[in-house]
Amino acid sequence: MDIAAETKNEAIVLKGRKVVGGRAEGEALVTTETISGWGGINERTGAIIERRHELKGVSFAGKVLVFPGAKGSSGWSAYFHMTRLNGVQPAAMIFTRMTTKIALGAVVTRVPAVTDLDQDPLSVIETGDWVTVDADAGTVTVIKKKPG
Amino acid sequence: MKLSDHEKAMYDGEHGRAKARAMDLLVRYGEALGAERLVETNNVAGAFNASTPSVQPIARKGMEHVYSELNLDSDEVVEVPHMVAHTCQLITGIDNDNWELQGVDRSLLDMQRENEKFLGRRGVNMFATCTPYQVGNVPVKGEHCAWMESSAVIYCNSVLGARTNVEGKESTGAAALTGRIPYWGFHITENRRGTHLVELDIEVDEMMDWGLLGYYLGEVVGEDIPVVNGASRRPDLIKLKHFGAAAASSGGVEMYHIPSITPEANSIEEAFGGRKVEGIFRYGVAERRETYEKLQSATEKKVDFIMLGCPHNSIDQMSLIAHLLEGKRIHPDVALWVHTPRAIKQVAERNGYIDAIKEAGGVVMSDTCPAISRRLPSGTRVIATDSAKQAHYLPAITGVQGWFGSVGDCVDAALTGTWSGRA
Repeated sequence: MDIAAETKNEAIVLKGRKVVGGRAEGEALVTTETISGWGGINERTGAIIERRHELKGVSFAGKVLVFPGAKGSSGWSAYFHMTRLNGVQPAAMIFTRMTTKIALGAVVTRVPAVTDLDQDPLSVIETGDWVTVDADAGTVTVIKKKPG
Repeated sequence: MKLSDHEKAMYDGEHGRAKARAMDLLVRYGEALGAERLVETNNVAGAFNASTPSVQPIARKGMEHVYSELNLDSDEVVEVPHMVAHTCQLITGIDNDNWELQGVDRSLLDMQRENEKFLGRRGVNMFATCTPYQVGNVPVKGEHCAWMESSAVIYCNSVLGARTNVEGKESTGAAALTGRIPYWGFHITENRRGTHLVELDIEVDEMMDWGLLGYYLGEVVGEDIPVVNGASRRPDLIKLKHFGAAAASSGGVEMYHIPSITPEANSIEEAFGGRKVEGIFRYGVAERRETYEKLQSATEKKVDFIMLGCPHNSIDQMSLIAHLLEGKRIHPDVALWVHTPRAIKQVAERNGYIDAIKEAGGVVMSDTCPAISRRLPSGTRVIATDSAKQAHYLPAITGVQGWFGSVGDCVDAALTGTWSGRA
């Protein structure tokens, strides 16, 4: 994809707050449902395993994970930590609700992470969009996927 | 983040590399949260143990590697000194006695035991339970803690009135070495007020009722703070232990109030403390029924594994199960595992409860549970449990079908091999 050309025409920029610094880009994986770490993901594949989750069976490895935040067990950070050690961590995290689970989880996953965005990332960003997270600048740049 | 002189000195390495790495993690974590400072804590409950296959490659290099990587998120391997805060180990993956039944390799058991020696010498007390508040760690109202284990956190905040966020493996590792944790969230009085009112239209009394109500609450309030009004009977430790664990499984509830029962709410007004009521829910017959259905993931009536004791059983729950099994024999195709903290197991042994359960064909497990260990009797397809938390997690983690019901329903299923529980 020619990012520069695409950006000029269609980029949407969201501004927010750095949680973990750094810059990364990738395809968005969006869910409006919170995610469990321990008991909610497979730390060897990066797949969601929660029984009634809308992303059950889908892996976030290498994706820009866009989600409301964390829920469930306090093993959240340990399991996302393991995804990093196993090389199946998301490329970046964009979330809307700050909790200790997501903060510590993002820190130990060591991927760029942002929150407190000026537009709702869960409605602006769709799965498949190309997203660049510049956490130090606090920006999220979204290029919508082509229809079809 | 603002650091005190002592915190700065630790951060700069004046108190050794381990504390420097611990402070580095706490600062990164605190800044991620947006915390302004740290708070002193002398009560840490964490997961320090090495008992899973994924830890083995790290443990082979030495237990310092395990603590550095997994408890401090540090690439630098540091020598681990004695903990400065009172610290305990929560639940682990292996029962030190029943490891063979769990299907644990000898090498994993050896790793856990070696790790326990390493931690024990450094002041990590080996409670090995998800319920430290049942075996001697009962923080006082207002005490700043750094606890993991969502079911323990919600109990600590709500029932005891002590203050903790849901901490993680890395933050508790750092807190134990520094006596510090970010001052954020539930450490701050204003953040402990209720957000949603839940009116009970039906009687909530039995342990199963409290589990269902908890599971419902987690689903409707997510991470918010429910204020439960209308309980006609006073719940006890057993019921609130189950209730909180359920609410922390379906949602992320870390605190609730039950006016005139929990310590920070003598009234509904005090529970909200002037905060705006964001929503009102009514819990009645339909909500209870729907929650019950949600917890059933099984279709086959023939069960092969019964799991009791999540969160770990109190001595009174052990007594009840022993009584229900007295003089009976469980179905030959069924395995029954009953979980309780090791300290309570010793009392249960003295009381003859362990013998009663064993003579009926059951096993009493400590130190672990199937969800944490991911270990079930081999060939298990359909489970039954009295825990909403296990009914939530076990099917997801292990792919089994799950029935949820009362302890009576579960013991019946153990005796007959068939599920016949009712809402």
